[in-house]
Amino acid sequence: MNKYLLSLFKNKSGIDLLIISLIIFVIFPLSMDIFRLNLVGKYLTFAFTSVGLVMLWGYGGILSLGQGIFFGIGGYCMAMFLKLEASDSVSTAHQTTPGIPDFMDWNQLTELPTFWMPFHSLTFTLFAIVGIPIIVAYIIGISMFKRRVSGVYFSIITQAIAAIVTILVVGQQGFTGGINGITDLKTLHGWNINTDSAKYILYYINGGLLILTVLVCKYVASTKLGRLLLAIRDKEDRVRFSGYDVANFKVFAFALSAVISSIGGAMFTLQVGFMSPSIIGIVPSIEMVIFAAIGGRMSLIGAIYGALLVNYGKTAFSESFPTLWLFFMGAMFIGVVMFFPEGLSGLYVSYAPKLKSWFEKKFIKDKSLTNSSVKRAG
Amino acid sequence: MGGYSLNDLMSILVMQGFSGLSMFSVLLLMALGLAIIFGQMGVINMAHGEFMTIGAYTIFITSSLTNTYFPSLKPFYFIFAIGIAFVIAFAVGYVTEFLLIRHLYKRPLDTLLATWGLSLIMQQIFRSVFGGREVSADLPDWLMGSWKPTESIDIPLNGVFVLVMALLVCGFVALLLFKSQWGLKVRATTQNRIMAGAVGINTKLIDRITFATGCGIAGIAGACFTTIASTSPTSGSLYIVDTFLVVVFGGAASLIGTITSAFSIAQAQSILTFFLTSAMGKVVTLLTIIVILMIKPEGLMKNKVRR
Repeated sequence: MNKYLLSLFKNKSGIDLLIISLIIFVIFPLSMDIFRLNLVGKYLTFAFTSVGLVMLWGYGGILSLGQGIFFGIGGYCMAMFLKLEASDSVSTAHQTTPGIPDFMDWNQLTELPTFWMPFHSLTFTLFAIVGIPIIVAYIIGISMFKRRVSGVYFSIITQAIAAIVTILVVGQQGFTGGINGITDLKTLHGWNINTDSAKYILYYINGGLLILTVLVCKYVASTKLGRLLLAIRDKEDRVRFSGYDVANFKVFAFALSAVISSIGGAMFTLQVGFMSPSIIGIVPSIEMVIFAAIGGRMSLIGAIYGALLVNYGKTAFSESFPTLWLFFMGAMFIGVVMFFPEGLSGLYVSYAPKLKSWFEKKFIKDKSLTNSSVKRAG
Repeated sequence: MGGYSLNDLMSILVMQGFSGLSMFSVLLLMALGLAIIFGQMGVINMAHGEFMTIGAYTIFITSSLTNTYFPSLKPFYFIFAIGIAFVIAFAVGYVTEFLLIRHLYKRPLDTLLATWGLSLIMQQIFRSVFGGREVSADLPDWLMGSWKPTESIDIPLNGVFVLVMALLVCGFVALLLFKSQWGLKVRATTQNRIMAGAVGINTKLIDRITFATGCGIAGIAGACFTTIASTSPTSGSLYIVDTFLVVVFGGAASLIGTITSAFSIAQAQSILTFFLTSAMGKVVTLLTIIVILMIKPEGLMKNKVRR
């Protein structure tokens, strides 16, 4: 790992990483007020999902249209913990049953459901945020990939699962808060998350986790495992015939992307202060794919830019031209597939050298001219 | 299930079963179009629901046009309107294939994203043109009543009509696919594109017409849809997940499989909805399908082609 870190800073990808870190940690906090910064923090939680999708879709060639499920798992786990802390028996004394979350009281529940119980503990919650997505992804992954279900079938089935989960969460209002989700979250272990200073701290934690995630993913991609994923994407049968168990690698990629999304979801709940089914359904899940596609499906850092840009565009457009936004979004899906399938990073890779040589031609030629003229004069 | 007498239970079963049949018809027509596109060409058309919506809005427009200009034709317009719905959806599908789909045959996952984008754009167009509110067509009187075989059973006529329509279209497509020159070419192209091209089949044209036909059938589905529900810009997208599951569950390239799976999914949902809530009925049905698909990924009917 150390060797890997060293090599990272010798080549260009280290510089790209440095630039995005500078943007996240220095430029954004200096140039924005806390409201805007909090918004950027929200966009960055979606960047987790798109980074996960780069690993799964870009490297593994597996398109999951159900990443919202995992985002939701992380988000709901965190929200359940925060909600239990916000519903102590003092502040809910006016309810019919004090000590349970308000929406349960509204839905005539008289005691906390059993599956909510463990979320009194922060340790359990943190383990759940990492553990549950792994278990879910493992079950889905093993049952699909072992039977060689892949490609579009996998996409459709994950999309259907996203639909089921959303219907279930919306339908079971008493247990999940229904369509409104879990709201009115106040403190994390006694620490008020709604103050400005807490928002700054959470923003930095979020940014730090994101950069760490990219580093881990870069590391995975640089190992033999990463190369095998690429090989499976390109010629699955050959890898299988070489004696590898293809399904296990796919399950790994799926579980990795699931955990990453889940962490993003947990950070979303912390920064935005609620969790609702509108963030985990079919439409948000497929929007997460477009973040990765716009950034460049093979570029981990591009995925961050993609999430930032698309979300910024969404906020800016839907404030002023809500009807145009859907046209624009649709055009983006079509455009990125038809005209630049490698996304922003592809444009960067193919045009940056041209731009560089154009600059060099323009300026260095001048320099050489001046040099020679100086020589002549000398 | 306590509190119902056996007689009541039978009537409920018949009526829910019949409302399941209406849903089965729409689902079957949707899935039929999709099965042609997905099963024969391997293209994922996420905008399929919007082609259905095109059909539904076509019925709405023709109905209001007939009402304003030819009120005397009202009893007959519906039959023609179905034809128009097919033609318009067919034409839009033809153009879509030409502009978009044909560039993406080698990248099925990308088609999925591109057609999703297309569906967003189409939904917004519907919203701009027809407004966000639900509209419904004026149906001719002979579609409105209901048929009462016994005291407690009440079967709506529009449901019967939709069912007959779905079966007719299904039979016609089966004839077309398995008995016509065009069907032969389509099947040849599916099985071996290069060889089909080598024996002189214009595979590009076949692709385009196949795609357009699938979209046209979705248009008919939309026409039938108007008889049982009202149309909004997002009506089609509500069906798309179910439709895909029908096609995958039935086994992608099998007509019989598609019919069987559309029937079982629609019936299960309709009957479960009565005993649970509507949401839970759907969850249980979809979950069952997914579990079955995990155990038996090739679906109900396997196409006996070596891949």
